[in-house]
Amino acid sequence: MAMFDAFAAIVRRDLVLAMRRRSEIANPVLFFILVITLFPLGIGAQPKLLQAIAPGIIWVSALLATMLSLDSLFRSDFDDGSLEQILLSPYPTSILVLGKITAHWLTTGLPLLIVAPLLAVFLGMPNQSLSILLLTLFLGTPILSLIGAVGVALTVGLRRGGMILSLLVLPLYVPVLIFASNAVEMASTGLPVTAQINILISMLLMALVLAPWPTAAALKMSINS
Amino acid sequence: MQANPMYQLQGDNLSCIRDDRELFVGLDFAVKSGQVLLLEGNNGSGKTTLLRIVCGFREPDSGAVSWCGENIPQSQYYSDMAYVGHLDGIKKELTVLENLKLSLALSQSGKLSIAQALEKVQLAGYDDALIQTLSAGQKRRLSLARLLITHNILWILDEPFTSLDKQGIILIESLMAEHCDGGGMIVMTSHHDVNLQGVDIQRIRLS
Repeated sequence: MAMFDAFAAIVRRDLVLAMRRRSEIANPVLFFILVITLFPLGIGAQPKLLQAIAPGIIWVSALLATMLSLDSLFRSDFDDGSLEQILLSPYPTSILVLGKITAHWLTTGLPLLIVAPLLAVFLGMPNQSLSILLLTLFLGTPILSLIGAVGVALTVGLRRGGMILSLLVLPLYVPVLIFASNAVEMASTGLPVTAQINILISMLLMALVLAPWPTAAALKMSINS
Repeated sequence: MQANPMYQLQGDNLSCIRDDRELFVGLDFAVKSGQVLLLEGNNGSGKTTLLRIVCGFREPDSGAVSWCGENIPQSQYYSDMAYVGHLDGIKKELTVLENLKLSLALSQSGKLSIAQALEKVQLAGYDDALIQTLSAGQKRRLSLARLLITHNILWILDEPFTSLDKQGIILIESLMAEHCDGGGMIVMTSHHDVNLQGVDIQRIRLS
């Protein structure tokens, strides 16, 4: 199917680009690792306290790491005119944009998922909550990429959009942070977390359906400046 | 391609006002298959703005652009047009082949294969060269090669001769003439003289 080919071509292109600019994908993961490793040093030898705040630390770091990587989502395409070509494609812009978001998640969200277990052990998180942590990251980081895309699309045309981007996107990230870190916390005390996980799933599905359209529309606006 | 006289790009009563300055008001034009519309004017006279309106990037302050009688924000237009603007729209970290393959995936395939198109713009043998190793003129040739590999009737070209050498300009002119002969049409801006033999050129002077 031609439309799926176009989607796949965008994902493939962005993955190749990410491989060729390795430092750019390493940045968010490095940030994630650094922030988390600094917490035990700052707090000192208080394993109980560390264990208690571990879900929060990991999730806040994941959220900030994602925010840090957002600007690169459309920046280079905007600067070199590739975005114009994407918008002029006969295929729906929202599908192509979804391809870009998918590639963004694969290069920024997925690496966080891979290093998270190690960092969780490092913070002394109990084993029973590890799988829930991974599940929340698996469901939550794509939501961060999808919501972030709308914000970046709105600010990519501005010269200094960084501050506005944080202001736009952070409030929308808060529900994800609350439900995800709460789920991990509950899991560590052995309580059921189905409710939080279901809410995360519904947020992911909603973002998946609702985010690409405003992103496409916002890109059209940004290119007009 | 069979000449198809049915294609027509039309602008009705277009106006554009930028920062209280009227770039153009009440502009009309109509381009048919086989014709070239050449926009002339000084720097800042709104040539690029008009092209961006024709592309659908920008809404005109009044009037409308239509393709075969229908307003342009509809899908058929975008599968019939191709745009080469100030920005090349090519990724410098990718190779020549990877860039063209993406363009092809984003559009429908046209008359020429990638290899044939590279041959035509004299970039054959550069398939696996990274864009950052190419010169500005070669990049321009590559972005023009995109016009050949995808299906299109309308070419929208913003200063297509920028950074091309004399031979390159002649080459692009011959490609443009060939495109018009085959029933295509071109809307373009240029500071250079455009030398297209046997092609019906309309000129609009913006001031």
